[in-house]
Amino acid sequence: MPTKYRILLPLISLVVLLAATFWMQPRTMSYFGVNLLFNLAVPIALATIAQMMIIMVNDIDLGMGAFVSLVACVTATFLHDTPILGMLMLIALILTYAGMGALIHRLELPAIVVTLGMSFVWGGLALFVLPSPGGAAPGWLRSLMTVKPAFVPMAVLAAVLISVITHMLIMRSGIGTVLRGVGGNARSVQRAGWSVIWLKALAYGLAGLFAVLAGMALVGLTTAADANIALRYTLLTIAGVILGGGEFIGGKVSPTGAVIGALTLTLASSFLNFMRLNPDWQIGAQGAILILVLTARLIFTRREART
Amino acid sequence: MDSVASGHAPIVTLTDAEKHFGPVRALDGVSLSIAPGECLGLVGHNGAGKSTLVNLVNGGLSPSGGQVAYPASAAADPLSAGVRSVFQELSLCPNLTVAENLRISHSNLSGLGWRRRARIEVSAALDRVFPGHGIDTDAEVDQLSLAERQMVEIAIGFAPRGSEVRLMILDEPTSSLDAGIAEQLLTHVREFCSAGGAVIFISHMLGEIFAAATRIVVMSDGKIVADQPVGNFTRQGLVDAMGHVTADRDPEAQSNGQILGEEILHTPEGLSARRGEIVGLSGLAGHGQAEALARLYLGATSSWRGGKSDMVFVAGDRGRDGLLPLWSILRNASISVLGQRGWFLDRPAESELGETWKTRIGIRTDNMDNPILSLSGGNQQKVLFARALASDAPIVIMDDPMRGVDVGTKRDVYDMIRAEAAQGRTFLWYSTETEEVCECDRVFVFRNGVISAELTGDDISEDRILEASFEMQDA
Repeated sequence: MPTKYRILLPLISLVVLLAATFWMQPRTMSYFGVNLLFNLAVPIALATIAQMMIIMVNDIDLGMGAFVSLVACVTATFLHDTPILGMLMLIALILTYAGMGALIHRLELPAIVVTLGMSFVWGGLALFVLPSPGGAAPGWLRSLMTVKPAFVPMAVLAAVLISVITHMLIMRSGIGTVLRGVGGNARSVQRAGWSVIWLKALAYGLAGLFAVLAGMALVGLTTAADANIALRYTLLTIAGVILGGGEFIGGKVSPTGAVIGALTLTLASSFLNFMRLNPDWQIGAQGAILILVLTARLIFTRREART
Repeated sequence: MDSVASGHAPIVTLTDAEKHFGPVRALDGVSLSIAPGECLGLVGHNGAGKSTLVNLVNGGLSPSGGQVAYPASAAADPLSAGVRSVFQELSLCPNLTVAENLRISHSNLSGLGWRRRARIEVSAALDRVFPGHGIDTDAEVDQLSLAERQMVEIAIGFAPRGSEVRLMILDEPTSSLDAGIAEQLLTHVREFCSAGGAVIFISHMLGEIFAAATRIVVMSDGKIVADQPVGNFTRQGLVDAMGHVTADRDPEAQSNGQILGEEILHTPEGLSARRGEIVGLSGLAGHGQAEALARLYLGATSSWRGGKSDMVFVAGDRGRDGLLPLWSILRNASISVLGQRGWFLDRPAESELGETWKTRIGIRTDNMDNPILSLSGGNQQKVLFARALASDAPIVIMDDPMRGVDVGTKRDVYDMIRAEAAQGRTFLWYSTETEEVCECDRVFVFRNGVISAELTGDDISEDRILEASFEMQDA
């Protein structure tokens, strides 16, 4: 499926789910309602973009949830109390991510193992920074996340902004094209004179950057943090990338799709709430929605392959 | 073009260039220079050293001895000397569009509007080499056919990309192009050379070599054996030059096992084998031999319900298809017969099997419980042979099993294969070495994925195999 059509399926899934939600609970069809449905999608969308950067270079990050939790803890403590130190710590975390990418490439380690191992490091650091739930969001972050623009709710505006910026960065810019090339055929990129280790470090560094933004956005919404606040992000972000038309290997990713995937997953859990489904079943039902969409995609690709 | 102005200094000069991979001399003292305006046809059989030579020129490898210099440009590295390559295996990024692929190899293409400029440059290059190509520059490469991908790759190779192309290396550029398109390429190559560029052209289609080249270099065993203007060669002369003089087949080997049984294998592609026969698969590397064997083997052994299969497989790519690197030598050998009798392992029988094969095949180790990686490559391969021969399967499939194996081991294995065949086992043997193929009772030569010749008895000779490997007709 060419890229321009690959975006259709995630878009249709989102629209169908949104229509169903509006039909079941018409009161959500308002400025306030839409913001409530989607505001928790903003950090998830940012984290999904981060995961996409890793999947783009044929790796996968199993430490994303723990890393976002750590960022949230740093944001709710150091960034609130001593902004300069907090900022420096967040920058150091991004650089660590870039270094991790370089290391994975240099030593030819499987990313799945390294990131899983690092997730325990992030988790430990998060507990060290914030042993019990608490902390406070910096005022400016709080007001940024609760801003009420005219006509369009903050969550929708943020989603559009994220998808436009990352689309320009990954799909339109020269360096983004080369980064996708690493996922497509790293050897040919190397032969053309690029340093693949730097490109991998760049991809991981971008992932770190977006994960840091995700953690900050999360604290801006929740006003407090906890060492386990974002653990479920790991699987949510992977699901979001795939739901948005990305593929695990081959550098085929779509930033817009990833944002839509994150919105769809967030909406799915609200939808299940409206259905008054027993919370025990919700995780399973969310999985069922995921399987449904992926099956639809598989059927389309198969049909395409046959013609 | 500028290169004309810089006189007739050669674009690249190799002086006594050597390249060793361990004890193997892939390139054994080659001196060669290529001047502007030349199209060098490079021919030779598998392992003659063509790709090694090309990789020295384009900087993919550095020489173990001798020198590679670029006098015309006085540049130190091949990239700034204007050397470019189009490789046999496709090296585009399949997830990017045609225009985006240009960006990968053209790092000056930046700033606003680079996509538009990339589209213009790549479609101009396509129009120049392949007029009327009909390729959409915004299409992703994996949406294109194999031939279109190869056309894009060649066009990107010839595209200006902000620097000057002086020497273009084309390694089997026409392998998936049809005759008409290949002709367009040859025309472009001739034009490119008459404008002062140089080309190294590798092809198994001798017709194309004669149509494009101004000079032909024949390689064999890492050396240049002939280097003449194209007019001094005839097709037959070229094939003769490629073959190296080897002794005739061992008469003893021939007299062995001539009493062949009934046909026990026949595939729709035309491969067939009889009981007790050693069937060779030959031709240039990568022309579908390994794939044919894999199809045959997987087709016979991949059934979910099927019981025991009547085939075993000896891998040539040991790391990928053969070894269980964390296991002992013994386990690596016994895996094919273990667990077929009952629920539990029969330890005594296993170690007995180990001892039998250790002596029969001569695995050089003091203890079969040592890890498999403690053995040399040749001995590891012997273990893989033992694994296959220990089973009672009547058909043994071998995918270039002698890769990187020393001469002594080869001799041992040849003898054992002969002995096993005499007892009624059938061998299907793909080898990249013509010498080995000449040991077979029957040989199928592959070209472009299909069988191009079936040779038996006295017809099995290096000349005949070479003839069938190379396309003799006009391109």
